Amino acid sequence: MAAGVAAWLPFARAAAIGWMPVANCPMPIAPRDQSKRQDELIVLNVSGRRFQTWRTTLERYPDTLLGSSEKEFFYNEETKEYFFDRDPDAFRSVLNFYRTGKLHYPRHECISAYDEELAFFGIIPEIIGDCCYEEYKDRKRENAERLMDDQEENKDSKLPHMNFRETMWRAFENPHTSTMALVFYYVTGFFIAISVITNVVETVPCGSTPNQKDVPCGERYTVAFFCMDTACVMIFTVEYLMRLFAAPSRYRFMRSVMSIIDVVAILPYYIGLIMTNNEDVSGAFVTLRVFRVFRIFKFSRHSQGLRILGYTLKSCASELGFLLFSLTMAIIIFATVMFYAEKGSTSSKFTSIPASFWYTIVTMTTLGYGDMVPKTIAGKIFGSICSLSGVLVIALPVPVIVSNFSRIYHQNQRADKRRAQKVQKARLARIRAAKSGSSTAFLHSKRNGLFTGLPQLQGSEEGDQQLNKTASLLESQHHHLLHCLEKTTAHEFVDEQLYEQNCLEGTLQSCPSRSPSLSSQEGPTSTCCCRRSRKNPHLPSAGVPPTCQRSLQELSAIHIQCGDQPPLSTSRSSLNMKLDEGSRLNCKTGLITTAIISVPTPPAISPEGDGQSLTSTNVQTPASSNVVKVSAL
Amino acid sequence: MNLEGLEMIAVLVVVVLFVKVLEQFGLLEASYDDSVEDELEMSTVRHRPEGLEQLEAQTKFSRKELQILYRGFKNECPSGVVNEDTFKDIYSQFFPQGDASTYAHFLFNAFDTDHNGSVSFEDFVMGLSILLRGSVQEKLNWAFNLYDINKDGYITKEEMLDIMKSIYDMMGKCTYPILKEETPRQHVEIFFQKMDKNKDGVVTIDEFIDCCQNDENIMRSMQLFENVI
Repeated sequence: MAAGVAAWLPFARAAAIGWMPVANCPMPIAPRDQSKRQDELIVLNVSGRRFQTWRTTLERYPDTLLGSSEKEFFYNEETKEYFFDRDPDAFRSVLNFYRTGKLHYPRHECISAYDEELAFFGIIPEIIGDCCYEEYKDRKRENAERLMDDQEENKDSKLPHMNFRETMWRAFENPHTSTMALVFYYVTGFFIAISVITNVVETVPCGSTPNQKDVPCGERYTVAFFCMDTACVMIFTVEYLMRLFAAPSRYRFMRSVMSIIDVVAILPYYIGLIMTNNEDVSGAFVTLRVFRVFRIFKFSRHSQGLRILGYTLKSCASELGFLLFSLTMAIIIFATVMFYAEKGSTSSKFTSIPASFWYTIVTMTTLGYGDMVPKTIAGKIFGSICSLSGVLVIALPVPVIVSNFSRIYHQNQRADKRRAQKVQKARLARIRAAKSGSSTAFLHSKRNGLFTGLPQLQGSEEGDQQLNKTASLLESQHHHLLHCLEKTTAHEFVDEQLYEQNCLEGTLQSCPSRSPSLSSQEGPTSTCCCRRSRKNPHLPSAGVPPTCQRSLQELSAIHIQCGDQPPLSTSRSSLNMKLDEGSRLNCKTGLITTAIISVPTPPAISPEGDGQSLTSTNVQTPASSNVVKVSAL
Repeated sequence: MNLEGLEMIAVLVVVVLFVKVLEQFGLLEASYDDSVEDELEMSTVRHRPEGLEQLEAQTKFSRKELQILYRGFKNECPSGVVNEDTFKDIYSQFFPQGDASTYAHFLFNAFDTDHNGSVSFEDFVMGLSILLRGSVQEKLNWAFNLYDINKDGYITKEEMLDIMKSIYDMMGKCTYPILKEETPRQHVEIFFQKMDKNKDGVVTIDEFIDCCQNDENIMRSMQLFENVI
């Protein structure tokens, strides 16, 4: 039950008086408070700090440690208080949960310590209110990943039985595993550097011969540079092929970013080899050389920071997109304005709007080359506004990107999102299960025939022993309330499966299964008594004697009703039958009202006889013995 | 100075920015719409109930019982009053399988005796006093008041049908036997057959009380909840 509103249960029960004049069946007896004790203060001593609260506050949640009898284990006889050797700070939030019905997560608390406290006191963390749940989940996720990172570092110990291919792959991925790998790592790094430097130096004008103007070194020492290039490309090719060989999944390796960079780095050379003869495409050939600069990206295998930068940019795609979008908007606006402002002035550089784009970009990023300047007053005013707004627009998304960078340093974002979706679903499922627990609890108690009302009549001690489970008073009162509603409307609560089943049965049955009744009270009265008894054979109840079980016939149709003379009051005779009748006071005597096809069901055919025989057997049988389901085949 | 179109606009923009800067410094008063802030004031209503002695005199609860009741009440409604939505919320939590909001609406109207849209602790306690400690006559009066939606002294079939439907709504969908459309209507018919002695289509308070006092079931069930507090 929603224990947070336990205080309103008396009100809800009082309001049930509104149903009474409408109901046609008599109502069940209300459960009594067994030990009519006054609400008392109890003292909880948590490591020296004393908390006091009402007993009923704690009993709101009977499935936790403090709300159940489990706390008796911690009772200290001498000081008459409950002593818990736990953290008093964390206990504050636990106790507040009982008081307010909401569980909060204190931000200064360590996540694993808090989890332990909750587990000790029997509270599931999913109940944490929405105000604190995000924080809790974030901290928990961080913690879990920190643990995982620690575990991964320990995983690098040598695994036995790795074949050559796997050793090679591990060597490539993790250079610290062996000296060979380290040597390879440094050699490739060296050659990447050489290659990049070569490309750069190639274009430097290299001292002029007296008769010519400055010539770039590349054209002067063509052969030397060509040899250098060849050597680097050889090394890179060999490295790529080795990686390809060692990769556990070649297809996945070929699709990965690093391998694409490798390919792009060495391809221009080979294309150049093939195409040197053709003059027409030499322009394209020159372009291809540009791609040689991509060799510098191969350094990202060597540098963790570069990889993180790459991840950051990828993950900040939305912020970067926003930055770009807002910049574009602003550029277009200001370019248009400047163009029209400067249209009037002579010899203005602002020849068209696209031409003004250049000015706007340069101004907004505060570069200010000065190759284009406004000359009119309006142009100057708008130009200054442009530069001011440029500063703002660029400054806004940058901190987000920066914080992302630092966050990615510790976490893997893609795995987070996937895990978060699963966790959210699981959380909602658990909360739903807890909430539906109230309705299933009622149905469950019905099945066991444990309407706790009755045993509280005279001499209730045996009654208590009969009950296998001690439902809390709150629960029994709530169930009594629901039972009253059932009686008022002459319908019962069932769970989903039975409902589906009945829907199917209903469509199969051609005729309504109501036999004419001789009793004066028709309609809801008779149905309310007997339909319920009809149901009992379906439900697995603990103490059903074999006789009743034999009366189970799986087919449906006519059933005998017991005409009822509801007792005028809880007469002494009915009180004597306290347990057997349970709540079926009204179906005390049975009358067969319809002729029956003889079916080999036993003693149950004579309900009167049974009614008497039941008094001797101290069994909590429902009055299924009063009703026989007869099948029409 | 020859001001042309765009220059005019530029100068206007500069003037506007200047004014905004002055407002920031508080040298120019900005005229805002104050109604938004007024609304905020209104919504934080706080209600304190009358003293314990007065409530003790007016209701049939003892001092201790009033204390317990108020503590529970204040816990759920710190502001001291319940409005209809909170009421529906609380009541619905007791009936998880069905929809208790319609019946809660009728209940709310029954408790809100002065019809001001909120139930204060006094209303709450008065209602409970009648229901739990009142005489049978008073309880029946209260029930009649609940059924009589428009408070005109007569229960018509339509009013009863509304009430009946709201009660059946609380059962929800998964019932045995399956709820049919005409079940509430049939139940209303039975009720009217029993209560409406002169067959004029409405039930008056006297017919109601009369009939209930002659019905053993109802009499007994009225005593059912006496030990609730």
